[in-house]
Amino acid sequence: MTDRLLIKSGRVIDPSQGIDKIADVLIEKGRIVSIEPQEPGSGSKSQATRQIDASGKIVCPGLIDMHVHLREPGHEDEETIASGAAAAVAGGFTSIACMPNTEPAIDTEAMIEFVYRQAARAGLCNVYPIGAITKGREGKELAEMGQMVRAGAVGFSDDGCGVANPAVMFRALQYATMFNRAIIQHCEDADMAAGGVMNAGFTATRIGLPGIPAIAEEMMIQRDLSLAAETRARYHVAHLSTAGSVQLVREGKQRGIAVTAEVCPHHLLLTEEACATYDTNYKMNPPLRSRADVDACIAGVVDGTIDCLVTDHAPHGEEEKELDFQSAPFGIIGLEIALGLFAKALIEPGHVDWPRLIAMLTINPARVLQLDKGTLRLGTDADVTIIDPAMNWTVKVGEFRSKSRNCPFDGWKLSGRATHTIVAGVVRFSLEPAAVA
Amino acid sequence: MSTTGDPVQKAKSAAAASERESVVWPHRHLLALEDLTADEIRLILDTAEAFEDVSTRSVKKVPALRGRVVVNLFFEDSTRTKTSFVLAAQRLSADVVDFSAKSSSLSKGESIRDTVRNIEAMGVDLLIVRHHVAGTPHLIARNVGCCVINAGDGRHEHPTQGLLDIYTMRQVKGRIEGLEVAIVGDVANSRVARSNLHGLLKLGAEVTMVGPTTLVPRAFEKMGARIAHDFDRVIEQFDVINMLRIQRERISSNVFPSLQEYSRLFGLSAQRMKRAKPDVLVMHPGPINRGIEMAASVADGANSAVLRQVTNGLAVRMAVMFLCKQAAEGS
Repeated sequence: MTDRLLIKSGRVIDPSQGIDKIADVLIEKGRIVSIEPQEPGSGSKSQATRQIDASGKIVCPGLIDMHVHLREPGHEDEETIASGAAAAVAGGFTSIACMPNTEPAIDTEAMIEFVYRQAARAGLCNVYPIGAITKGREGKELAEMGQMVRAGAVGFSDDGCGVANPAVMFRALQYATMFNRAIIQHCEDADMAAGGVMNAGFTATRIGLPGIPAIAEEMMIQRDLSLAAETRARYHVAHLSTAGSVQLVREGKQRGIAVTAEVCPHHLLLTEEACATYDTNYKMNPPLRSRADVDACIAGVVDGTIDCLVTDHAPHGEEEKELDFQSAPFGIIGLEIALGLFAKALIEPGHVDWPRLIAMLTINPARVLQLDKGTLRLGTDADVTIIDPAMNWTVKVGEFRSKSRNCPFDGWKLSGRATHTIVAGVVRFSLEPAAVA
Repeated sequence: MSTTGDPVQKAKSAAAASERESVVWPHRHLLALEDLTADEIRLILDTAEAFEDVSTRSVKKVPALRGRVVVNLFFEDSTRTKTSFVLAAQRLSADVVDFSAKSSSLSKGESIRDTVRNIEAMGVDLLIVRHHVAGTPHLIARNVGCCVINAGDGRHEHPTQGLLDIYTMRQVKGRIEGLEVAIVGDVANSRVARSNLHGLLKLGAEVTMVGPTTLVPRAFEKMGARIAHDFDRVIEQFDVINMLRIQRERISSNVFPSLQEYSRLFGLSAQRMKRAKPDVLVMHPGPINRGIEMAASVADGANSAVLRQVTNGLAVRMAVMFLCKQAAEGS
């Protein structure tokens, strides 16, 4: 057994270094040691090395999903750190960042350490905890950010709710600058959104469900941009969903504010009209919006206003999602299908090419979270994803590794799928086990 | 139509007559009027007409649903609608059971799907469902084999109320096509408004939604209604004025500042009635807040069809249950 792994003849795409060429990637002792153009006669190297033939495939830095919910501790019946990590590697992700809205919330050093310990025990992929901004995510007192950073918190968020009080948000931004961590805001004015379960608009009025207006999201972004400008903090807009939000972030960047943003696959592929079936798998927060909002989100991806692509993977038990539309919880899962969904939303219609898509799933989130990841730079951890961009496949929710099944994309036909997920040089997921010689 | 003879036979012949005109009632469930065609709505109205005189006979029963079981599954309080369904089912000779959702295990733990499958397993033919959340009857219909009739889901639809309103309008005015109908009040939160709108538009009426800007969303224009916020300016044009019940609780959500102000602007007072057409038909789904959305003298006056609506509700509900069950049995 050798600890050398050669990924041969793939199209190596590494946006962090501007690489896009056919090459062999050599991994040794868990690190990237060379990216060499393919040499037909290099037989000697291959003899002592395990090989993966990646011809016709894309070889890129391991994908990063900076917004997932793993439900541990508190709701291990819905997802654990281990089952979430298994779902992640099956979807091509080598690193995920988990939100702190667990029970109890991840708001102390000990809780951050707990996540790392459970992730190490699972031994599948990197799991980075995002700490709560406020104690218990109550929006009142700042959580111990400094100690959480020491334990490895990669960012801060009260995701699930926004920080409503502007004075608290101001202090959070100001304080976080000390640690160079981003404040990740769930942008929603709770009073404006109160009682809403889908996008406010024609469809909600027609089918009689209470709405969450777009301005509930936009007003908070508008406020936060002023606070971020004032504090010069790094501010990240979680799961942005409206045309107005895209425009606000675009203008914020033009004004020189350190603002970044992310978008989910469902906000690029589905509209509010899907809710007319009253299927609770179309209930998420932010809600599915209008066609114009979807188009604006895509335009925001194309012009670079939106930096990162995320799933907002939010597992819920079947018995909860079987409730009526108002009682059922918000959220859907997506780790195992996100890559194919993003390809469908962005690559197939020609909005972006693979290098752009991969940047939004690798180096861009790595920069937001200040991780030395999302790159194939020599000497870095060999987190590598191999993608077959032409593979046609059908989503089968019943076969998910996640513990939950709440996903509206069951039966969708996608093309593009991760065939190998390699974490620190070890193949943690492979669609074709025989390919690892 | 003659007033003698067997109502079931008449209902069947009403259905058969429609079939000859190639209208077949294909629906096992009645969830929303938005889903129906104009011909299907007319078929319900005609079938209801055939059932109408059952209520006036000394023996108020026909054997149309003999041996069938109707369950009232009401997750929300209701007296009138529930009683109306019970009586309608009894007149069709069905066995009727009330399932009180509030005292059941539903409040905690058991999912709606489990509940309805359990009820169905007892051998139920028709489920009459009322729920405070839009779409719940749809969820139930997807999970059972029996017929589901929506008796009001949140602010979405209340199809049998819409049908009985339209039935009453047709009965009094002799037509629906070309009628000018006002629906006044809390349109945003009203399932009655939505069912009336869809049914009336399909049958060719003009519908105007009247109320404060906070309770009459612009989206209703896209659904085919006109919108008015000044009742006095438009009142004279209407053949029918359907007043909605105003909920006291709305004040806390700041949709209007006080009941008194609401009543001044949108209530149907005796004074305001003077501006309306002399033969205007005044309706209300009940229960009426007398003196708020409607003056007592108007509610009890010559133009009021309020009690007629209640009476007609029975025939319409008999027709709906009869047609859905027939479709389910494939006869």
